[in-house]
Amino acid sequence: MLEQQLLNALTLGSVYALFALGFTLVFGVLAVINLSHGALFMVGSYAALAMVTRFNAPLWLAMLGAMLVSGTLGLLVDVLVLKPLRLRNAPHLIPMIATIGVSIMLTSAAQGLFGAEAMRFPEETLPAGEYIVGDVHVRALEIAIVLISFILMAVMFTILKRTQLGRALRAISESPKAAWLLGIPVERLFHATSFVASALGGIAGVLIALDFNAITPGMGQPMLHKGVAVIILGGMGDIRGALIGGLFLGFAEVISKAYLSSQMGDAVAFGLLFLILLVRPAGLFGRQLERKA
Amino acid sequence: MSNTLLSIRNVSKRFGGLHVLQDVNFEVPAGSIYGLIGPNGAGKTTVFNLVTGLLQPNGGNIDFQGESLLGLPSHRITHRGIARTFQNIRIFKEMDLLENVMVGLHDHLEYGTLGLLFNTPGYCRAEKKARERALELLTWVGLDHKADLLADSLSYGDQRKLEFARALATEPKLLLLDEPVAGMNPSEKTVLMEEIRNIRDRGYGVFMIEHDMRFVMGLCDRIAVLNFGRIIAEGNPDQIRNNPDVIEAYLGKEDDQ
Amino acid sequence: MSSMATWFNDFWSTYSTLVFTVGVHAMMALSLWLTLSCGLLSLANAAFMGIGAYASALLTLQAGWSFPAVLLAGGVAPALVALVIGVPVLRLSGVYLAMATLAFGEVVRITILNMDITGGPEGLNGIPLATEGWHILLLLALTIYVLHRLRRSKVGRAFESIKEDEVAARLMGINVARYKLLAFVLGSFIAGVAGALNAHFTFFISPREYGFENAVDFLTMTVLGGTSGLVGPILGGTILTLLPELLRFLHDFRSLVNGAVLVLVVLFLPKGIWEPRRVRAWWVRRTGVSK
Repeated sequence: MLEQQLLNALTLGSVYALFALGFTLVFGVLAVINLSHGALFMVGSYAALAMVTRFNAPLWLAMLGAMLVSGTLGLLVDVLVLKPLRLRNAPHLIPMIATIGVSIMLTSAAQGLFGAEAMRFPEETLPAGEYIVGDVHVRALEIAIVLISFILMAVMFTILKRTQLGRALRAISESPKAAWLLGIPVERLFHATSFVASALGGIAGVLIALDFNAITPGMGQPMLHKGVAVIILGGMGDIRGALIGGLFLGFAEVISKAYLSSQMGDAVAFGLLFLILLVRPAGLFGRQLERKA
Repeated sequence: MSNTLLSIRNVSKRFGGLHVLQDVNFEVPAGSIYGLIGPNGAGKTTVFNLVTGLLQPNGGNIDFQGESLLGLPSHRITHRGIARTFQNIRIFKEMDLLENVMVGLHDHLEYGTLGLLFNTPGYCRAEKKARERALELLTWVGLDHKADLLADSLSYGDQRKLEFARALATEPKLLLLDEPVAGMNPSEKTVLMEEIRNIRDRGYGVFMIEHDMRFVMGLCDRIAVLNFGRIIAEGNPDQIRNNPDVIEAYLGKEDDQ
Repeated sequence: MSSMATWFNDFWSTYSTLVFTVGVHAMMALSLWLTLSCGLLSLANAAFMGIGAYASALLTLQAGWSFPAVLLAGGVAPALVALVIGVPVLRLSGVYLAMATLAFGEVVRITILNMDITGGPEGLNGIPLATEGWHILLLLALTIYVLHRLRRSKVGRAFESIKEDEVAARLMGINVARYKLLAFVLGSFIAGVAGALNAHFTFFISPREYGFENAVDFLTMTVLGGTSGLVGPILGGTILTLLPELLRFLHDFRSLVNGAVLVLVVLFLPKGIWEPRRVRAWWVRRTGVSK
């Protein structure tokens, strides 16, 4: 019934928000739509799975491992692919196309290494326990997912709003050249942002893998589409927008799946995205794409 | 009393809370060279953007040859006969010079889809005429020998000339020049002065924004001075030169770019 | 002489589908090139191909239309859709347009997936094999001819100027919105016809063939081949259709090569393989002869 669905929506929505947060961070600071974010998300979940099954690591450690692996890959993409394009002053669409290529490579590699069959986390590694509140079954897993997502988002939010680092990042998102003139180490912060954003994507992957108990090489693609929907909804480059957009999409999807039809639930994300783009391309909170050099 | 080509009445423009132009009034007569000067940030380029339809005013009227330009999309305003160059030069870098100018001739190329698809004599004639006209314009600005070069390879001064030729290609009745001599050396400026006088003598109207005082005073028939979004003076060069408000607005600033 | 004929017959019976596919993919790459030449990155062309494929297949299977009529319908159907969504969508630029067309493409795919008349996830089976080599050759040649003539006319110049600087183009008297719509609709028509041709030699179509991954494939072909002219997309289409066949032994890692190709091309050959200016400069350096 409704409360149960709302709980599902909260769980799903908070991971969407987390995923979108990384995505929008890269967009805001590097002004790049990184379409390999979905693949990095997928890599995170495989990395965590590998740590749990091969190295018998506890789940929390595997999550950190996932963040590390995805973060490092994201950093590599920035250094090897995005940086040369930056130096060349390539128009906006070019880095986007390049990240599509990276995404294809990672997905194909994952399929080659792990096969196309869905894999699962072993039963015993999942947080056990279920609480019953009124009519609602609340799994410990769901609590963990929501908590982790919100804590990470809160941390990011605090860093961005209240620290020197956050100020520097915001300055860069306004104008990298001005920031550089002010002595801000722009290039290094680009790398750092790529690392952190990808790490967030990676752990989002683990959380989704736990929620649905399935890991496939192709899981990044639909997630990427949803991430795009979220940031378009909430505004590109806006952190609050990622949070609100993510929750909103989670709710919209769960409700339409429950009360309309299961397949159309997916179409909801895209339909919404399409409509929002037509009406208000900058999203609810967003700002213009083109920024001063 | 000469014909009024462009009439700007009580025009104002806001961006959010920022008033960029307030109650601006002036008229550009046909067959004359009209200058718009003022300190940086006074709102001069905004006036051009309003006239060419890139922005819409919050109030007031803009009439061209007696008809309102308000609400018209930019390409229609060009049809009516207004052409423009830009402060930061907006030529088509990946095209050669000839093609750049031919784009300006877009409206004046009459052929339909059939002509295009089947290489009809009508189509060939039109394209040939366009090519000749484009070359003519390039010759006029002294760039004909570079007609096949990529626009990107030109020097700054030459790029300005190209933009000029391209604007003329649209066969405007009024030419809006945004800082036409910025970055030019004195001899280039003298040449351009002559060219603009030629255009005026052929019956075109010229409306320009410039910072180079010598250039403006030497060329313009009438000048309007904009400061903080308001017209503070309007008249011929002598009147402007001696106007205390104008002098104050510039704080005795020297001309030169 | 007859051994050559035998060899050709053997070759053809094994590889005719592949050759046909190269032709179809070349058309798709050209349709994408058309929109790119106007500065539009549209990821909807795979969806338009799908609309054309399904429309034509259904008309053949259920309404018994003749093949030429079905091909025409296959082009007109997506063109009508493009006309309707083009007007609002083309107001967006750059990345937003790409996202909107991506979203649209997914909506189309999911709709096809969920409709009964289209056979749902199982797709449509038993489409008559009506396409012959000369159909593809003719339509590809026609496409090339039309695009070539457009390029050299004021339409091509208008596209190029819009791609470079929309504002300046507007001020040249070019009705930017109308030209963008032209590129978009014509591109969708070509994609639709390609889809119709494809449906009638593959015997079977499903929604999986017209999604985002496919749109990206076509984008890769165009980017790889080169966007400065018509040769590029055809070259890219040929290479990227044949390459997976040659790389069959890599199994799942085939796509990895595709992805790597895309990244490498973007990094090192920004204008693609076929770039007349670079080729010309290289020629001058080699032979010392200037044009």
